[in-house]
Formats: sequence, C-alpha cells, structure tokens
Amino acid sequence: MPDALLLLALVILPFAGAVVAGLLPSHARNAAAGLAGAIALVSLGLVWAAYPTVAAGGVLRAEFAWMPTLGLNLVLRVDGFAWLFAGMVTGIGALVVLYARYYMSSDDPVPRFFSFLLAFMGSMTGIVISGNLIQLAFFWELTSLFSFLLIGYWHHLAAARDGARMALTITATGGLALFAGMLVLGHIVGSYDLDVVLAAGDRIREHPLYLVALILVVLGALTKSAQFPFHVWLPHAMAAPTPVSAYLHSATLVKAGIFLLIRLWPVMAGTDAWGWTVGLAGLITLVLGAYIAIFQNDLKGLLAYSTISHLGLITLLLGLKSELALVAAIFHTMNHAAFKASLFMAAGIIDHETGTRDIRRLSGLNRSMPFTARLALVAAAAMAGVPLLNGFISKEMFFAEALSAEVPVSPLLNILPFAALLASAFSVTYSLRFIHGAFFGPDPTDLPRKPHEPATWMRFPVEILVLTCIMVGVLPAATVGPFLDIAARSVLGAATPVYSLAVWHGFNLPLLMSVAALGGGVLLYTFLQRYLRTGQDGPPWIRRLEGQRIFERTMVYVSWRLARVLEQRAGTRRLQPQLRLVLGTAILAGGGAVWLRGFGPGNLPPTPVDPILAMIWVVGAACALGAAWQAKFHRLAALILVGGAGLVVCVTFVWFSAPDLALTQLTVEVVTTVLLLLGLRWLPKRFQSQDGQGRDGQGRRRQAAEVLTRTRRLRDLGIAAGAGTGMAAMAYAVMTRTPPDLLARHFLERAYTEGGGTNAVNVILVDFRGFDTLGEIVVVAAVALATFALLRRFRPAPDSLEVPEHQRDADGAVSHGNAGQPGTDWLLVPAVLTRLLFPVIVLVAIFLLLRGHDLPGGGFSAGMVVAIAIILQYMIGGTDWTEDRLRLRPHLWIGTGLLLAAGTGLAAWPFGLPFLTSYFAYVDLPLIGKVPMASALIFDIGVFALVVGATLLMLVALAHQSVRAHRATPRIAAAVPVRDHAPMPAGDD
Amino acid sequence: MELVLSLGIGILAGSGVWLLLRPRTFQVIIGLALLSYAVNLFIFSTGGLRTGAAAILQAGEAGTLARYADPLPQALVLTAIVIGFATTALLLVVLLATRGLTRTDHVDGREREP
Repeated sequence: MPDALLLLALVILPFAGAVVAGLLPSHARNAAAGLAGAIALVSLGLVWAAYPTVAAGGVLRAEFAWMPTLGLNLVLRVDGFAWLFAGMVTGIGALVVLYARYYMSSDDPVPRFFSFLLAFMGSMTGIVISGNLIQLAFFWELTSLFSFLLIGYWHHLAAARDGARMALTITATGGLALFAGMLVLGHIVGSYDLDVVLAAGDRIREHPLYLVALILVVLGALTKSAQFPFHVWLPHAMAAPTPVSAYLHSATLVKAGIFLLIRLWPVMAGTDAWGWTVGLAGLITLVLGAYIAIFQNDLKGLLAYSTISHLGLITLLLGLKSELALVAAIFHTMNHAAFKASLFMAAGIIDHETGTRDIRRLSGLNRSMPFTARLALVAAAAMAGVPLLNGFISKEMFFAEALSAEVPVSPLLNILPFAALLASAFSVTYSLRFIHGAFFGPDPTDLPRKPHEPATWMRFPVEILVLTCIMVGVLPAATVGPFLDIAARSVLGAATPVYSLAVWHGFNLPLLMSVAALGGGVLLYTFLQRYLRTGQDGPPWIRRLEGQRIFERTMVYVSWRLARVLEQRAGTRRLQPQLRLVLGTAILAGGGAVWLRGFGPGNLPPTPVDPILAMIWVVGAACALGAAWQAKFHRLAALILVGGAGLVVCVTFVWFSAPDLALTQLTVEVVTTVLLLLGLRWLPKRFQSQDGQGRDGQGRRRQAAEVLTRTRRLRDLGIAAGAGTGMAAMAYAVMTRTPPDLLARHFLERAYTEGGGTNAVNVILVDFRGFDTLGEIVVVAAVALATFALLRRFRPAPDSLEVPEHQRDADGAVSHGNAGQPGTDWLLVPAVLTRLLFPVIVLVAIFLLLRGHDLPGGGFSAGMVVAIAIILQYMIGGTDWTEDRLRLRPHLWIGTGLLLAAGTGLAAWPFGLPFLTSYFAYVDLPLIGKVPMASALIFDIGVFALVVGATLLMLVALAHQSVRAHRATPRIAAAVPVRDHAPMPAGDD
Repeated sequence: MELVLSLGIGILAGSGVWLLLRPRTFQVIIGLALLSYAVNLFIFSTGGLRTGAAAILQAGEAGTLARYADPLPQALVLTAIVIGFATTALLLVVLLATRGLTRTDHVDGREREP
C-alpha cells in the first residue's frame, strides 16, 4: 500500500466510523461495537504495515497541498516514535472497544459512545502522525473536544457535566496556549513543517523568543497531562464511563502532553528554563499525586491520582538533561499505559459486578472473582514496581536517572533521589490499598449486587494487558526492546545513548532504592491501617485544598464577578458618556499621530482667498453655530439654520467643480428638511424658563445642579472645540498637499473609452463601482422599509396627541378638522402654481436622469426631484387630495428599482461576462440625434425608481401619522387627560 | 482659500460634535447633519480644490487630471450624501418611536435622575 494512502486511511477511518456509528439507531449496541472494533483493528493493522519502514529507520511521509500560499501543507508523517504511539492508541483502543461492549449497559445510547470514542481515536492518531505544527494543534483541540463529550457522556449526572466542563476548560485553554506557542515556534523557524522544526534546534534555543515559545508550549503540555497545578481536572474526569477512563488516562489523552514534550525534546530541552518548568512541575506532581492517591476511597479516584503521579514521573524524567532519561520516559510511558489500562478495566469490572467502587465497602472479592483478583494483583504489582514486572524496570531506570541527574541547584539541596524514593514508597502503599482493600479481608456485607466473575470477553482485554506486563517484565530486551529502540532512535538520532534493558543489573544503588521503596511502602500501609479505617475523605494536612473548589471559584470570578466589576467600572448604558469616550479616543488618536510624526502645512502654496466665497462661508459658519446654539429650544430655527449651512456646502461644491454633488446635495437637503419638519410635530414642547434662583434649600440644590451642568457643558465644549480644531487642521494639511492622482487618472482615462460616458462621476457610480452602488441602494431600500415598518406601529406620546395650536381657532376648537386638506382656502395661488409645475418638475427629473451619463444628473438626483415634486403636492394640497389623484405605490417603485438594477447586472452573465459588466453604444435616432445607449442607463433607471420609491415611502409614512392622529384624537383625547406642560428647566442636560 | 474652507469644516464639525453630546434627540439629529457636512467636505477636499476645472469630459477623449476635476472623491461623497440621508431618516423615525414609547426625548430613553 502506498504510504500516502496508508497514512490518510489512518486518520480518516476513525472519523468516518464515528459518523457511521453516530447514525446507527440508539439500541444498536453490537453493531456499533463491531464497527468500532473493526476500525480499531484495521487501524492497528495499518500501523503494523508501517513497521518495516520505521524499523529500518525510515519515515513515512505524505504531503497534501492545503494552503500553499501560506506555506501550509497537510503533512502526515510516521517515524519510530510516532509509530509507537500510534500502536498504543489503536491497540489499546481495540481492547477498550471490546471491554466497552460488555461494560456499557444496553439502556444507554451506546452507538453515540462508540461514535465519540472513534472520533477521539482519530484525533489522537491525528496528533501523533501530524507533520505540521498547526495541524498538530488542530488535532490537539479536537481531542479536548471529544474528551469533553466522552467525559460528559452520562450527561444526566451533574458530576459528569461538571467534570467534562472542567476538563474542557483546562485542556482547551492549554490548547490555545499551545497554538500560540506553535505560531511562535513557526515564526522562529520560518516553517511549520515538523521536519524543518526538528532540524532547527539551535536556532530555537538561541532565539530571543525561545522563552515565550517554551512557556506557551509547556503550558499546553502540562494542562493536557494533568501536571500540577493543572491536575485538578483529571480526578473529576472519573465521572466518565470506565472504558473512557481506561482509554483517556492510560494511553491517550493525558499522554498527548507527554508525546508533545518528547516530540519537541530534541529542539527545546537542554536549557535551564526547560529544566525548571518541566522538571519542577513533574517533581511536585509525582509526590503530591502519590500522596493524595493513598487516601482516596474511590477505586477510580485512587487510580486517577496514581495516574497523575506517574505522569509526573515521566514529566520529571523529561525535565532532566539526559538522553537516558528520555529513553526511560518513553519506556515508562508504554509500561504505564499497559498496567494503568488494565487496572482501570479491573476497577470497572468490580464496579460493574458489585455496584460500588468504594474501598470502604468492598472487601474479600478474592473469593467471588478469583481470576479478576489475580489479574488486578499482577497489574497493581507492576504499578508498585515489583520485580519481574514491567513497572520495575522503568522505575529502576528512573532511580538511576534521579541519582545521576545534573540539577541546577547545589548537590546538597538535591532532593531528587529522596523525592523519587518517597513517591515510590507511596505508590507501593496505594497499590497495596487497591488490592488489599478490594480483594482481601472478610466477605463483603452490604454490596448493591452479589459479586461474580464478569463475562469472559470482558476480562479478555485485561488478560492481554497483564500478559504484556509480565512478558515485558521478564524478557524486556526480547519483547519491547526493538520497539523502544526505534522510538528512541527516531527522537534522539545519533545521540541515542547506550542502555541496557534487563531485569538484573547487579547489586547497585537503584536496586537498593527499589527494595527500600517496597519495604517502606508496606510499612506505611500497615501503619496507616487505623487511619484509613476511619474512612475520612481526602488526604490529611491538605484536605482543605480542594482543587475543584478553587477551580469553580476562579471560574465564577473570571466569568461573572470580574465581568460585573468591569461593567460597573467601565461600562455605561447612557449614550452621552459613550459618545464622549468615542470622540475623546478619536481626538487622542489624532493628536497622538501628530505628536509622533509632527504636523505642518503641505507643499502647495495657498490659493488667494476669494472674498465672495469667504463671505458665503461666514454665513455658513454663523448658520452652523446658530444651529448648535438653538437646537434645544428653537427647533424650527435650528432646522432652517442647518438648511442654510447645507446650502453653503452646496455652493462650495459648485465653486470647486463638482456640479453633480451640488445637485444631489440640494435635492437631499430639501427632502431631509421636509422629513425633519414632519418629525418636529411629535417632539415635546420645551420652553426656556426664566427663573432659576430659589431662596430655600431646594434653590440651593438647584444651584449645585446648575454648577454641575455648567461644568459638563464646559467639558463638552472642550471636546467640540478639540474635534473642530482637529478637523480644521487635518483638512488644511490635506488641502495643501498634492492630491494623489493614481486612481483619478485611472478613472478619467477610462470613463469615456471604457464606460462610454463623459460624466466621470456618474460613470464611476453606475459602471466602474456599480456593485457598490447596488449595495447602497439596497441599504436605502432597507431603510425605507424599516421606517415604514416602525411607523406602522407608531404610538405617539400622549402629550403630542392633541391638535397643534396653529391648527386651532382662537377659542381652541379644531379649525381644520381634516388634516387631509390643510390649506385649500388660503393658499390658493401657491396651490395652483404647484399643480401647474408638477409636470414640469417631473420632466426636469427625466431630463436629469437621461443625461446623467454624459452631463451632471443621474438616477439619484432625478429620483429626489420626483420625490420633491410629489411631496410638494402633499404639502399644498393635503394628503387626501393628492392621494385621490396620484396613485403612489412606493413599494412597487422600490421593487422595480431593485429588480432593474440587479437584472442589469445579471444580464451580463449570459454573455459570459462578470456581474454588472456594462455595455454601451451610441445610437442615431431621427430628430434627436446621437443618443448614448449604455446598459448602465438601465441600471441608473433602477436607481432612480428605487430612490423615488424609498423617499416617498419614508415621507408619506411619516406624513400619514398626522392624519392618523387627527382621526384618533377625539377618541384618545377623551381618554387621556392632557398633561400640563411644565416648562423644562434650562439646565437639564 | 484652503484656510477659509478648513476653518469652515472645523466650525461645522465642532458644532456637530457639540450637538452630538447634547441629551435631546433632536439636537443629536441636527448634530449628525452638521457633522456629515463637515466630513463630506473633507473627503471632497482630498481631491484638491480646483476652481474652473472641467467636470465633464470631452467626448471621445481620455481625460487627464490637468484639465479635469478628480472624480473619485466626488463619487465617494455622492454615495455618502445618499447614505447619510437614509440613515438620518432611519434615526429620526427610531427616535420618534422611542419618544412615543418612553414619553421622553432624552437620548437614553429616560430623564437623568436629579
């Protein structure tokens, strides 16, 4: 089989199986288990097929293009070390599947379980055979995700949910750190390819960013491998079904961190920083985990802490500056996987057959399940490091390394051998407790079920694993020797040290330590008997230090309290402070840029001041200031002043050669003013009050408020002045520099030759940037429909309901009861004129529209002009009169406009051209002459129709509110007492 | 001339910002209108102030910047004017609806507590 296919199958098969298993009906336990088992076995077979290559020292490698522009390829790569891990993942995976078939109850949705398990296996394989750092981080996060699903499989249990959440929070956070670390590593090396990274060890270690990369990567590895202080998630993950624990906590999930540390060992280890972070974490975890494990009353809890402790052992080995320690670490990784998986399975069998895992209730199971008892005994002895079992050999190596390690402290302070001895003694104690507590002693009394031996096939995986422990323990060099050798060689290369795998190395210090640990552990267990019988939970001295509580508190603080505090301190729901913040930031950013880069007028000499335009701008500035001053109490005046400022802007556009802009600005100005006029009626009345000085205590308080208001206004004035000055300075700086002409030249040169129009602005809008315009008119249409929808449900405030004063007679009666016909009797001459002018205005609009491509005009301004023509009729003739005579369908206009504009764009497709490509030709019409016929014209007609429809829809919808209110007034006015309009005090802002 | 126009832009922007920071909805709308004048003029001015430059190309000719005004800022501003109109309309209606629901024309939908 070609390498590429083999590697691809190794990753894809489990995921494909997960999808299929997920689709099975929820009672299909056997089908799902069969599928999962078959896939695990096939994967194992695939791994075995790779053996000849890796045994010869080769590397299987396959590369698939992924994002070649970023230098990222999907790389799958199996060297000796990856091969060993892949074998563990698939091999133990197959055993766990078999075990789970018998463990899982048929009441549970078992196919979902196998689906998650397969997906997890695929992710784990993905980590192991990734040849690319980014890809590795991706699979890393996938294992976090699927372990979350597996741990939370019994999601009806609160403990499972909490444990899953905790595991995900910690491992996924570490995963993010790892991802960042991978990015830093990739940055240092210049490639994410693992082969390149592995060849760049010196560059990595000498790079100034090395420490950053180290901390991030180690953070990822330590969280995953449950090292202190991130170990808290692992004991709570025991809420998972036991097969999950047997898989995740022996060979896979927690070993991912170890895998990564070993993978990057050749390029990152060897520095003091590595030794301190990795070694110290391992040392603390080793001792602490073993100590806590002794005092666990739950079988799985005991195994969980012993797992933590053994992981600490491996991590500690990796933290030592020694190649032999690395070999020992790899070896112990395999040994631990074998005995811990079998112990978890044994614990699961006990739980399954007796209904409890509590050591205090279990006792004497040796008689009811003798075979299981023997298996567990051997596995526990391997864990304790009893000779002739695999744990003994790797522990010997560990002792040897602990004795000879170079540590970055003085030899007197070197506690390493003592810590190793202590932890080993503890491990003997907890192993004894596991076996003695569960299998020996008097017959159990109050078990939920009557214990008996499990199904033969459920025991089979344990038998295989225990057999492995014995074989490796007795004949290490013959059984596991070659595999360990190719793994170590693929990591260390030429630096692989000479080591000997043997049971007997003669009488030496490590052997003495082993004996001492065994003896000490047994002694400690007998000594602790009385204490353990009291059945207290948790280890003495550090019982109060509960990981979960600390974790929960941190989570609550970070995700809830801190957020609340931040919201209270830095957040506000009020608009004004937010705007102040935005404006202040803008001013500071602008000022900062000037501060850093300097400021000065540009290269162009200023043009002479034209007195006429200067005078016009004096008026404009006065209008703006006046509007700002009057907008509170004299809204109409402010509106008129804004109109004045708008006209000045309009004149400026004409002055500086932009007729199109002036035209659009003028028409928009008219429509906006009408719109705001219509809105004025619904705003509350506000009068400037004269009094302000009180004499009593209330007056004093009012005075204080007055001072506060003044201060606020002064501050706002400061911000406004700052913004104004900044804008003025920036505008001046821009205007006195030579404008960039690249784009201008581009458009000017092509407007006629490629767009077929002499009005370059219009050609840009409808042709070159037609897609922008399409988006823009869609926005306009959406806004119009939104205003329409909002106004359909419009409820005016009660104090705006009565008929306005100027529509009443002197005695208060409503004089023009029908708002549909406001002034037919006294505005006769303007009414007649407006009606006469209507066709003329529409004709002007059509003229503007048609000539838009060549001369100032176009769809926007033409549409606005038509809208103005119609709104004039409304104003003078009234709603009823106008709507009797003109049938407006604004929605239809909008729809037609959109269809025309989009249709013009689509029409380019049948000709094989991109969306919105326009076509033009000049047609000779009789009488009229040469007429431009560009498809852009149809687009512009669409814009025109849409603008007419949208503008009318908004104006008419707002205008109709008055009519509605008038009709409703008699009803509502009777029901709601008209409120007294007390004048507002002046200083309420 | 540049000085006059930039002062004008500054005054428009300053008045607009002052009004934006006021508490009444109508003031905010007027402020936005003034501010958009200022910003539109500013964008327009990035093309350079050209009196007497032709805005319309001679038929059949590829234009150059020496004879014609820069069309790009104009096209941008034209778009900005239309969008500004649409958003002003939407803002007005939203604020009117808020005023109807909350019975106040304060921008926060409730009067400041004394």
